[in-house]
Amino acid sequence: MGAASSLPIPLTSDDLQRGRGARRISPNLVAGSIILFVIIGLVIAAPLVTSYSPTALNATQALLGPSLHHLLGTDELGRDEWSRLLYGGRVDLEIAFLAVLASFVVGTAVGCLAGYFGGWVDVIAMRVVDVILAFPFFVLVIALVFILGPGTKSIYIAIIATDWVSYTWIIRREIIAMKRHEFILAAAALGYRHIRIMIRHLIPNCITQAIVYSMSDVVFTILTIVTLGFLGLGVPPPAPEWGSMMSDGQQFITTHWELATFPGIAVVIAGIGLSLFGDGIADLLRVE
Amino acid sequence: MTDLLLSVRNLRVELSTRREIVRPVENVSFDLRKGQTLGIVGESGCGKSMMLRTILGLLPRGGRITGGEILFQGTDLLKLSNQQLRDVRGRLIGMIFQEPMTALNPVMQVGEQIAEGPVAHLGYTKKAGRRRAVELMQQVGIPDAARRFSAYPNELSGGMRQRVMIAIALACEPQLILCDEPTTALDVTIQDQILKLLVQLQESTEISMIFVSHDLAVVSQICQSVAVMYAAEIVEIGSVASVLADPSHPYTLGLLRSVPDFDNVKAVLESIPGIPPSLVEPPEGCRFRARCEFAQEDCASGDFPLLFSDGERASSCIHSNSCREAAQADPIIGSRVR
Repeated sequence: MGAASSLPIPLTSDDLQRGRGARRISPNLVAGSIILFVIIGLVIAAPLVTSYSPTALNATQALLGPSLHHLLGTDELGRDEWSRLLYGGRVDLEIAFLAVLASFVVGTAVGCLAGYFGGWVDVIAMRVVDVILAFPFFVLVIALVFILGPGTKSIYIAIIATDWVSYTWIIRREIIAMKRHEFILAAAALGYRHIRIMIRHLIPNCITQAIVYSMSDVVFTILTIVTLGFLGLGVPPPAPEWGSMMSDGQQFITTHWELATFPGIAVVIAGIGLSLFGDGIADLLRVE
Repeated sequence: MTDLLLSVRNLRVELSTRREIVRPVENVSFDLRKGQTLGIVGESGCGKSMMLRTILGLLPRGGRITGGEILFQGTDLLKLSNQQLRDVRGRLIGMIFQEPMTALNPVMQVGEQIAEGPVAHLGYTKKAGRRRAVELMQQVGIPDAARRFSAYPNELSGGMRQRVMIAIALACEPQLILCDEPTTALDVTIQDQILKLLVQLQESTEISMIFVSHDLAVVSQICQSVAVMYAAEIVEIGSVASVLADPSHPYTLGLLRSVPDFDNVKAVLESIPGIPPSLVEPPEGCRFRARCEFAQEDCASGDFPLLFSDGERASSCIHSNSCREAAQADPIIGSRVR
């Protein structure tokens, strides 16, 4: 907030009609959106961007350096690195977004019920949350994947099972503060059911923080998936995945640095894009 | 009396907090006929708002009804299940709150909020609910209703928001509307508009109202009868004309004296000395005793039920005659009688 913004700015008639219309589209949001748009666009349009299969083996073409044919070269099994990077993004981003979405939904529902009804519902829900929060996140995820066996399904289960508690924690606190407001009493006085009061009146007033958090949560979840891949607990081969690509590439780091480096750069760029986007969303949704 | 809509009998409410038990409603009884408006006046914290919440079964945590009945069209609301009570709320009994800014959902379009009742209770489709909302917004005098439908509460003025609240309360055509100081948070000029709107709505829809206020002038403007509450009890009840002209409880007299008199600018604004008693441990005998100019020794103990002088007029004061004489002698109050 600079000095200029504290001066009274005359409202246009448009502002008067829609007071909420004066929203801040921050540079962060623009930059984040552009980065995300490019990444997601490339990943979705992977078959159009590259003609190579991410899994086709070609022993004669192994470990070629970057060239016009293979933009980022090929790995030790002769697979095109650029193609693997794009298809790997599909896997990483898809798991991250879906797992966060599921955690968001489950966590919000549990947090809302716990905060709204209080009493024993709250006690039970929050003890479960406490137990899950008591373990270090990575330890729990790795243990779960280890127990369930490697595979996409295990990764989903492990992430959702550990991640929903963050949303429960955020939402419950907001709901407890919000349910004391008079409009909730007013909604009860109008004879609305609990479910209607929660969905139509409480959650829309409480969800902002959880949405903002979910953006950084996607970044964190991508890192989790990549880490699992790097540790060999990720998506099983031959499917491309950024973490396992880094893991495979590191043995050639002295001769073919690009194999391990570019997946890492992809993670960083995706993380920056999502973080900027999350910041922008936070500005946009900030309660006035 | 077949046209009796609501009859509250010996209602008692208890609120237990961690440290103490408060009794904000003690032995309260009153009747409300169809199409009638009853005003409930009293100081802050005397239990008026708690009584409204009790009628709807919306006591705060720790609240408990310890006795009495609330007969609405002959059914005791206290005996209904939660589900049955939900059907009463909003649909048969509406409520208007004091502060329209906090009583409206800040992130929902006002039109949506008005349409929600008919959709939830009367099975309206979204489209029909929307039509109904616009119709109601016109009815409560919101200009340019179709466009204001999609406004959010913070985009409307206080008066407009209160009109929205009224439209929400009216949406399911209830038979009774509970008004909890609906004009207190508004400017005087807007207050007057809202009161006129309520009177006009009442005349056109024959809806009954309970109007809680601390302002006798407001109550006299829109109510036919009035109950004066002091320290959780009703101390005087009767038609507005008779209570205001001929107060027979010293507390009512005190309230009347503390209304500013603009015809007589020199007069000092009177107030009732002292503060209301604690509702945790109310004093023995008459609760107004410590602040009362007519108090005698016999006020110090015993029960003080409402004593009916004729069918609808009652006071709990056992020295009501000296109070009435003092009222007649008062130049301002006495002049209303003459």
